[in-house]
Amino acid sequence: MTGEARELKPYNNRAWFMVLPVFLIVAFSAVLPLMTVVNYSVQDTFGNNTFFWNGIGWFKELLDPNSELGGRFIDALGRNFLFSFLILAIEIPLGIAVALSMPRQGVAVSISLVLLALPLLIPWNVVGTIWQVFGRSDIGLLGWTLTGLGIDYNYVSGVLAAWITIILMDVWHWTSLVVLLCYAGLRAIPDAFYQAARIDGASRWAIFRAIQLPKISRVLVIAVLLRFMDSFMIYTEPFVVTGGGPGNATTFISIDLVKIALGQFDLGKAAALSIVYNLIILTVCWVFYTVMTHVENAERRVQL
Amino acid sequence: MFEWFSAIDIAWMAWTVPVAIFFGLIAVALAVLTVLAVVRPEKPRRGLLRIETTRGDRFFISLLGSAFICIIWIAISVGLGISDIQLWGAMGLGLLYGIAVFRYV
Repeated sequence: MTGEARELKPYNNRAWFMVLPVFLIVAFSAVLPLMTVVNYSVQDTFGNNTFFWNGIGWFKELLDPNSELGGRFIDALGRNFLFSFLILAIEIPLGIAVALSMPRQGVAVSISLVLLALPLLIPWNVVGTIWQVFGRSDIGLLGWTLTGLGIDYNYVSGVLAAWITIILMDVWHWTSLVVLLCYAGLRAIPDAFYQAARIDGASRWAIFRAIQLPKISRVLVIAVLLRFMDSFMIYTEPFVVTGGGPGNATTFISIDLVKIALGQFDLGKAAALSIVYNLIILTVCWVFYTVMTHVENAERRVQL
Repeated sequence: MFEWFSAIDIAWMAWTVPVAIFFGLIAVALAVLTVLAVVRPEKPRRGLLRIETTRGDRFFISLLGSAFICIIWIAISVGLGISDIQLWGAMGLGLLYGIAVFRYV
């Protein structure tokens, strides 16, 4: 037996019975509705609240790329992954760069922290509205300037323009989060590390690779997972700016889900789609939770 | 005394027997885990994934993985052009996967 194994004590779980009243509320507001979704996913209805057993029919249709529903699902899923990949590819390096160039002491720290936190405090639909107006060529500064420069920019009709707009919007909204996380990680590095590097005559790049990057790698994992989950569930901002268009170019799963569930009132299809969507997000959440607790446990062991 | 209870009509929820069995089994499993946690407190252990897991963690991983096994099973069957898809095979695979998770993770 190693020392590590001996320090793990058995949990006493009796206190969990105290949360039973809360469990009743959660059951009413979350568990039962979730069970209803599973129940709808195996049934079909022609309205009038009359349901028919459909087995795994909706799932078959959903996972068949040649069917109408399956095609929509695969396309939207692809757009979701592309969007998440693109914003991560921009926000993570940009966030690290900004965090590295931030002041380390004095009033400037507070000023930059407040400025950076501002976009994080703006609600999603307001960010969407800001960019919806900002990008218009008649009354928006961005659209007006680009059109004035002779660039064909119109997020209502151009697929590329629409994508660039929503990606810029997300970068504008959420890069600060990555910056703040990285900055916190950087601040935790003791000065001794930098002094040693100075004595060794290490270059700026060497300091970054050997000291800073390893020390912020854990917060970076958290930042990547947080931003992935958030961007994978995106709904409000593209809904406000592009409404899922032009055509279906920016229709993400969540937007399609609302169209199917409330627009067409296809409860079975929407239920099957949301279960698969939920499973993907649940998996990422689990990874996120595991990484977080793993980091905590590792820190606790270091302290002991 | 229980008149108000019998007056509640939940027919509009359109519950079905298979879904009831599915959630019933999960509820039983959770109840068993709860009782086990009190009667036989456990130590989290490290297995194949190098992370600390308790029985509850392993149950969650088993359920989540089995759901994906079923989805992939349906997707492959649809891809092969099978029209009458049976999930018994996926269920067996999920069960094997769950046993493996409880033994090795």
